[in-house]
Amino acid sequence: MRRAVYWMVWAACLLPLACAVYWFFTDQFTADPFKRTLQYMGEWGLRFLVIGLVLTPLRGITGWGWLMQYRRTIGLYGVFYVTLHLLAYVVLDQTFDWPAILKDLTKRPYIMIGMAAFVLLVPLAVTSTNGMIKRLGGRNWRRLHRLAYVIPILGAIHYALLVKLDETWPIFYGTLIAIVLALRVLPPKQINKKFFASFLQKRRKSLLF
Amino acid sequence: MLIRHVNEPRESEVTDRRLYAGRRGILAGGAAFALAGLTPARAAPLDVTPAAPLPNDKTTPLDKITSYNNFYEFGYGKDDPEAYAGKLTTRPWLVVVDGACQKPTTFAIEDLLRMNLQQRIYRHRCVEAWSMVIPWVGFPLADLLAKVEPTGSAKYVAFKTLLRPAEMPGQRSASLSWPYVEGLRLDEAMHDLTLLAVGIYGETLPNQDGAPIRLVTPWKYGFKGIKSIVAIHLQETQPATTWNIEAPNEYGFYANVNPEVDHPRWSQAKERRIGEFSRRDTLMFNGYAEQVAPLYAGMDLRKNF
Repeated sequence: MRRAVYWMVWAACLLPLACAVYWFFTDQFTADPFKRTLQYMGEWGLRFLVIGLVLTPLRGITGWGWLMQYRRTIGLYGVFYVTLHLLAYVVLDQTFDWPAILKDLTKRPYIMIGMAAFVLLVPLAVTSTNGMIKRLGGRNWRRLHRLAYVIPILGAIHYALLVKLDETWPIFYGTLIAIVLALRVLPPKQINKKFFASFLQKRRKSLLF
Repeated sequence: MLIRHVNEPRESEVTDRRLYAGRRGILAGGAAFALAGLTPARAAPLDVTPAAPLPNDKTTPLDKITSYNNFYEFGYGKDDPEAYAGKLTTRPWLVVVDGACQKPTTFAIEDLLRMNLQQRIYRHRCVEAWSMVIPWVGFPLADLLAKVEPTGSAKYVAFKTLLRPAEMPGQRSASLSWPYVEGLRLDEAMHDLTLLAVGIYGETLPNQDGAPIRLVTPWKYGFKGIKSIVAIHLQETQPATTWNIEAPNEYGFYANVNPEVDHPRWSQAKERRIGEFSRRDTLMFNGYAEQVAPLYAGMDLRKNF
């Protein structure tokens, strides 16, 4: 049962891609489907990375331990969509115009920040396996994977710098990351006890957990 | 290796006005009759002869022109104008033309639809590096300005969009300073390419494209083409323009299409023509250099971007 739910979540994470492919090939992805693909993959990449971060404090609040088994999956899906975002940039947006890409990389801060975020994602994806956790040792692995907080921040800045006017979503993601980070940096036990104990009790009573 | 298309518009591309003047004489009465009872929300046919197509430039299909718009009065999204502009009522509609002129006049839209309408197929280059080819229907702004007789102190023309938050949901937030305002130097305004458009593809403008009347300056970035105009003011000083107020380092007063002057955050060297995959080289003054370059002789276009 647990296994089945896990695979359902795994498949659900592919839904954004499936929708994009469908919309792209049925001419429902705006008049500029290439640009839309670029934006869409970036949005989902950031979304998954932020959801991955939210899971840990969410477990603290709800006490749902099973959430943690999805953290790696969600995080890797974040890497997956960010990779598609980068591919869309090179192939669909820039159409392999390497001189233009090089100019972007050296001149435009939001491109540099976005690319830095991608480069930092690579070691995290590579060390995401159980074998690598063992090889690195839990302590080192955790230290390395603190980058998971830095990367979405870079992503949100990248997003904020490129929009023309509407900063709603960059601010939304930025705020969410800040809250998650605050919950992690402040002693989590204190926070959990002070802020969530009463909440948790009420919930348990009302929902019969 | 990219092959640069030499694509200066030819004489034949710009519609000969006399051609239409003749037709208009015969058909003006009929057109006025046809337009008198039209429902503004729906597109109504306009009486014009189609212009010759641009070489190397296929006109963009109407559904793309009406579904991919920057019209922040109706929201930030490209599809918001199509979704929300339907509520805009465009009748009655008055355009006040005043300021430094002998005969300030308030025109009803019905009068403006009776001007000498022509089709002009123009390239349209957005500052966001995408482009379309649009068969506008309209009349030269110069024709309208001639009616009010600008005085010697008229150096600039200022334009204003309708301010009606009840029908323009985007105006309920301070996303831009409303109403949208734009401006041209008088010689730009008087240039024959400068059009007040009232239609696309031979029919009245869809609301999301700036109904019932909008500005078209094909050698400038699209945001200069102010939509749903209610006021035109002749004045001595350079008018404020909305995007310049919002981000003066990114959007200049002139906003001439220029592949050599990048937007601070992206390159303007190339553009994606809607419907095409390979990006095209952006042309100086959007391919209208022959006609408009003399307007800017001696000016530093890097500074006056």
